[in-house]
Amino acid sequence: MRILVAGAGKVGRAITRELAEEGHDITLIDMNKKVLDDVMSKYDVITLNGNGASMITLREAGIENIDVFIAATNADEVNLLSCITAKALNPNVHTIARIRDPEYVEQAYTMQNVFSMSLVVNPERQAASEIARLLKYPGFLKREAFAKAKVEIVELKIGRHSQLNQVPLNRLSQKTRCQVLVCAVIRDGVSIMPDGSFVLQEGDRIFVTGAPDQLHDMLTHIGVINMPVSHAVIMGGGRISYYLAQELQKLHITTTIIEIDEEKCKRLSATLPYATIINADVSDRSVLESEDIRDYDAVISLTGLDELNIVTSMYAQAQNVPQVITKLGRGDESSLLESMPIGSVVCPKDLCTMHIVRYVRAMQAKKGAAKTIHRIADGYAEAIEFEVTDETRHTNEELRTLKTKKNVLIVSIIHGSQPEIPNGSSSFRKGDTVVVVTSKDNMILQLNDIFEE
Amino acid sequence: MNFKLIWRIIAYILLIEAGLMLPSLGISVARSETAAVNAFLYSIGIILLVVAVLLLVTRNYKKGRFYSREGLTTTGLTWIMMSALGCLPFYLSKAIPNYVDAMFEMVSGFTTTGSSILPEVESMAHGLLFWRSFSHWIGGMGVLVFLLAIVSVGGKNEGFTLHILKAESPGPAVGKMVPRMKDTAKILYMIYLGLTVLNTVFLLLGGMSLFEALCTAMGTAGTGGFGIRNDSLASFSPYLQNVTTVFMFLFSVNFSIYYLILLRHFNEAFADEELRLFLIMIAASIGLIAWNVRPLYTTMEETVRHSAFTVGTVMSTTGYATTDFDLWPSFSKAILLFLMMVGACAGSTGGGMKQVRLLLLWRSLKRNLHKSLHPTEVRSVMVNGRAMDEDIITNTNAYLIAYVIIIVGSVLVLSLDGFDFETNFSAVMATFNNIGPGFHAVGPTCNFAAYSTLSKLVMIADMLAGRLEIYPILILISKSTWKKAR
Repeated sequence: MRILVAGAGKVGRAITRELAEEGHDITLIDMNKKVLDDVMSKYDVITLNGNGASMITLREAGIENIDVFIAATNADEVNLLSCITAKALNPNVHTIARIRDPEYVEQAYTMQNVFSMSLVVNPERQAASEIARLLKYPGFLKREAFAKAKVEIVELKIGRHSQLNQVPLNRLSQKTRCQVLVCAVIRDGVSIMPDGSFVLQEGDRIFVTGAPDQLHDMLTHIGVINMPVSHAVIMGGGRISYYLAQELQKLHITTTIIEIDEEKCKRLSATLPYATIINADVSDRSVLESEDIRDYDAVISLTGLDELNIVTSMYAQAQNVPQVITKLGRGDESSLLESMPIGSVVCPKDLCTMHIVRYVRAMQAKKGAAKTIHRIADGYAEAIEFEVTDETRHTNEELRTLKTKKNVLIVSIIHGSQPEIPNGSSSFRKGDTVVVVTSKDNMILQLNDIFEE
Repeated sequence: MNFKLIWRIIAYILLIEAGLMLPSLGISVARSETAAVNAFLYSIGIILLVVAVLLLVTRNYKKGRFYSREGLTTTGLTWIMMSALGCLPFYLSKAIPNYVDAMFEMVSGFTTTGSSILPEVESMAHGLLFWRSFSHWIGGMGVLVFLLAIVSVGGKNEGFTLHILKAESPGPAVGKMVPRMKDTAKILYMIYLGLTVLNTVFLLLGGMSLFEALCTAMGTAGTGGFGIRNDSLASFSPYLQNVTTVFMFLFSVNFSIYYLILLRHFNEAFADEELRLFLIMIAASIGLIAWNVRPLYTTMEETVRHSAFTVGTVMSTTGYATTDFDLWPSFSKAILLFLMMVGACAGSTGGGMKQVRLLLLWRSLKRNLHKSLHPTEVRSVMVNGRAMDEDIITNTNAYLIAYVIIIVGSVLVLSLDGFDFETNFSAVMATFNNIGPGFHAVGPTCNFAAYSTLSKLVMIADMLAGRLEIYPILILISKSTWKKAR
C-alpha cells in the first residue's frame, strides 16, 4: 500500500521502518532535511522536505494516490490539521493521528469524524494501561492479553533457584500443575522457538501462554512470591504518569509522583487529588532515601531521560523493591539492556507502532484480519489473535493433520469462554478465537496464511 | 569498510556481465566466427571462475553496514572489474592484441565514451562489434542500477542501495522517483529500453539492417559512439542521420522528465529549468555553428543537418560523426569545446559536467556577487523554485575544482608523447567527458592508437572518472579507504 507518514520523530521513524519492512511504499515528510537524509540512507523509502499539514506539501507527495496517511509530528495540533487537510484532498485516504496531550484526548475521540481521523493513537495512554496491567498481577516482566484477556502471554526470567531451572518443556505442565505452554525463549540474546525436548536454563527469558488464572497458579507453584501492589511511586510527572495515576486509582493503589518541575506538580495536584505529588529531583539520591522507596511495592521510572530511568530502576532493584518498571523512550538497545537489572521495560513508541501496523494489516487483509498483534521476545516473534470465520480453511480438522508454515505455533484455541492449550487432536471451528505465535519473517495477515501451500 | 558485501555485489555484477556476453556469443556462433566464439567462451569461463572464487571468499558476508563510502567504493571497483574482464573477448580473439589497448576499448565502451584505438572496424567479427556497442547500452544506465532492478541485495531494509544509485547515476542531487529502490530502477530501465526500441524501429524504417540498427541505437541510447563503419555515420542516409540526432538529444534529457510525462505532469516536466537551459543551448549552438560553417557546405539542408548532428553528438557526449568537424573554423570548434565541457543533463545517459551544475555554478556566482555588495544578505540559490541545499552547492564547487585538476594533470602526462597541444587537450576533454573523438590527431577520422601505454592508462582513468563523476574513482586512490581504522 502507499503510505504517507508526516513527522520523522521517534514514532515516525519506527513506523516507517516497520511498514517499509512489510513491503509498503512509504513517503516520509519532515521539516528537518538532515533527519530525512538519515532515514533515506537506512530504509527503502522516499522523503519530502516540508510541512505535512500544508496542502502544497501534501499535493507534492501525491496525496491523491495515498491509501494511508499517518500524522506523527510532535504537535497534536499539526497532526489534527494535517488529517483534515489530507482527507479534504483525498476522501478515500485512511488517516491516523497521534494525539498525546491529555487536554485534547477527549475531543480527539468524540470528534474523531469532525477531525477526519480513522484512528487515534495515544502512545502515552497505551503505555499507562500496559503498566497498570503489569501492576495488577505482579510477578511478570511483561504480559500481553488476547481474546478480551481470556488468554495471556507473559514473560518470566528463570533464576538460579527457580524450580523451572533444568526442566524440559514437555514436563512443564507436570511440574507447574497448570495448563501453560512456553512459546518462545530468549537465551543469551538469541530468540528460539523451542520444542518439547528443550531444557530451560538459568538466565533464560521465557514467554508462557495460558489463561490468566493458570498463569497465576504457575507462579505460586514455582514459588514466585506474588504480593499485590498497594503502594506505587512514579518517577517523573509527564503524560504517562498522569494517565497511570488515573488507572492506579481505579485499582486502589496509592500513588506518589516525584517531579522536578514545580509548575507541573501544581497542575498534577489539581488534576490528581488522590495522588501525593512531591516536588523534588529524582536524580538526587537523598530524595529517594528520604521518601524511602523500600516502603513501596512498585517503582515506576517514567522521566523523560532514558538514562535516569535506567539508573533509578537499578537503584530500586538494589533496594529490593518487588516490582520495578522502566520506561524507555528510544528502546533500540533492548539486547544491551537485557543484562541490566531494570525490571520490566515499557516502550511507548513500540506500543504505538504495533497499533498502527495492526491497523494497516487489517486494511490489507480486509476480511479475517488480526484482532490483536503483540511483539514478543524482543521483537523476534509476533503473537497474533484471529477469529475463525467462514473463509478459514481446515476447520474441524485435527491439528496433527495440518501442515503449518515453519516457525508457526498455535498456542491457544478459545471455544466460547474456555481457552485450550491445543494438542494434536485439537481442532478449531467457526466462531473460535485462535492465538498463533510466529517468527517475524513470516507475513501472517489472516489465519489462512499460517498453512503451508 | 564492509569489503565482503562489496565483493559480493561485484560477484553478482560479474555474473550478470557473463550473461550479457551471451547475445554477442550467439551472433558469433550464427556467423561462424571461430576466433570470436572461442574468445567469448573462454572469457565467460574466466568470469565464472572469478565469480565462483568471489562467492566462496564472501560466503559469510554481513548485510547492513553499508554507507556512503561503501557505495562509492563498490561503484568504482565494479566498473574497473567489469572492464578488466569485459575486454577479454577482444584480447583473446586477437582482434586487439595488446591488453591495455583492449582495456582502453572496453572502458571506452562501458563509460559510453566511444574513443577507439582501432583504425578500422569493418573487418572485425560481428560478435565483437556487437559486444562493443552493447557495452555502451549497459554502461549508459549503469549495471549496478540494473542489479538493483532485478534482485534484493540487502534483504528487507534496502535504504543503503541509495548510496549505489547516487554513486552510479550522474548528477549533483540524485534521488528516487518512487519509494521503492527496485521500482525506481525498473522505471529507469523501462524508459531506457522503450526509447532504445523506438530508436531501433525508426532506424529500421530508414533501411538499416537489423544488426546495424541495433548497434547504432545502442550506441545512441548509451550516448556512446562506437560506430560499425569506418566513417561512423557519414555514409548513412540523411534520414538516418536526422533520426540519430533527435535520439541523441532525447537520451541526454533527465529521465525523470520522461517519468513526469508518463504520469501526465506535463507542466511540471516542461517547467524544468535544466531542460529549458538545455533546449536554449541546443538552439543557440546550432544557429551559431550553422552560420559559421555555411561556406563549407553546398545546401542549407546539409549545413543544418551537419551542425545539428555535431551539436547533438557533442552535447549528448555520444561521439558519432557525419562530417569531419576538425576542418571547421575555430569559432565553431570553440563552441564545440565548450559544449564538450558542459555535456548533457543530470540523470541522463550522457556525460560531461552536466547542465544543472552549470546552472548552479552560474546562480551561486551571481548570488555571491550580489552578496559582496550586501555583505549581510541571506539568499538561497534557487533551482526549479526550490532553495538548493548549501551542501549541494559546496559539492558542485568542489566538483569543478576536481574537474579542472584532473584535466590539467592528464594534459601534462599526455604532453610527454609529443603531440601538439590541441590534440592532447581535446583528447583529455573527449575521454574525460565521455565524448569520443577530439580534434586534430584524435579527430573524428583518426584514433587514439598512437598514444603511449601510460597515456592510455591515464585516459582509462579519465573515462571512468568522467562517467562516475570523479568521486568513486578518486576514493579508490585515497589512503583512508583501504586503512582499517578511520
